[in-house]
Amino acid sequence: MSAKPIATTRSAMDIPTGRLAVWWLLVSEIVIFGGLLVAYILNRQAHSAEWSAQAAVTDWRIGAFNTFVLLTSSLSAVMAHQAAEKGDGKKAARLLYLTCLGGLVFLIVKSFEWTTEISHGYTIMSHTFWSYYYTLAGLHAFHVIAGMLVMLWVAGTASRNQELHRVENVGIYWHFVDIVWIFLFPLLYIAK
Amino acid sequence: MSEHAHGHHRNYLRIYFILLGLLVVSIVGPMAEIRIVTLITAFGVAIVKAYMVAKNFMHLDVEKPIIQWLLGIGLVLMLILFGGLAPDVMKDKGHRWEKDARFHQSTDPGHHDGAAGHGEKSDHGTSGSGH
Repeated sequence: MSAKPIATTRSAMDIPTGRLAVWWLLVSEIVIFGGLLVAYILNRQAHSAEWSAQAAVTDWRIGAFNTFVLLTSSLSAVMAHQAAEKGDGKKAARLLYLTCLGGLVFLIVKSFEWTTEISHGYTIMSHTFWSYYYTLAGLHAFHVIAGMLVMLWVAGTASRNQELHRVENVGIYWHFVDIVWIFLFPLLYIAK
Repeated sequence: MSEHAHGHHRNYLRIYFILLGLLVVSIVGPMAEIRIVTLITAFGVAIVKAYMVAKNFMHLDVEKPIIQWLLGIGLVLMLILFGGLAPDVMKDKGHRWEKDARFHQSTDPGHHDGAAGHGEKSDHGTSGSGH
């Protein structure tokens, strides 16, 4: 059986197809998160006084810590990309595992935070602020989980020095998840 | 991999520490509780941080222009959405429409005043038939 060219080995528009697909995915993510962020900002403008009272409940220290964690995980993701470019798959895999660890810490902190808030009666139905809070942070957390799962898979192949181009692709996605949080942090925790 | 091998000359650690510094600014700035300072330090710095991550970690600056255009279109769509809806929210009246008095009332479902939550939006829509 002869080897046929497959989509992952093609190069469309002088961009590797896998990377192009990731960028396309991110364009759609901009529309998804962008729409939600715009809706959040407009609702906040419309109901600023009571919105501030609700937003005051969130703990900026938790948000700041999680921002620190995601920024650090972005560093390890880009260093994994650097290692992959040098052909060091094992180092790239180690750094990807470290990135996943960052994602895990983020989720653990988030789950403790949500547990506390829900136990104090701040549920998704309490107020429009909390509806947006859980929707935005929940959708973001879902993306963190998805990124971690893909990253674990990519790390597995990278550790065998295979498909190293995927390290960059999953890294681009992870940095986007980081960027989304960079905007969620001031919206949900700082500007009250 | 080689066609996109452009990250070797970047000092990622330095960029990381700048991002952490900006994070501190975005926390400390709003503590002054001055609106303009909060806007600049929280949201202005967030834009700078996002730009730095996109440029240095995602290598968007050396990516093909088609990618930058694609992402730009996504951002422009977001701005159009904001620009199209913002006048309804931020202005109380306009040409042939006026905002219903109940618009600014509580969104808290606990407030049983008949217009709480998103209900006021339909009121707004009917009262502002001119726009």
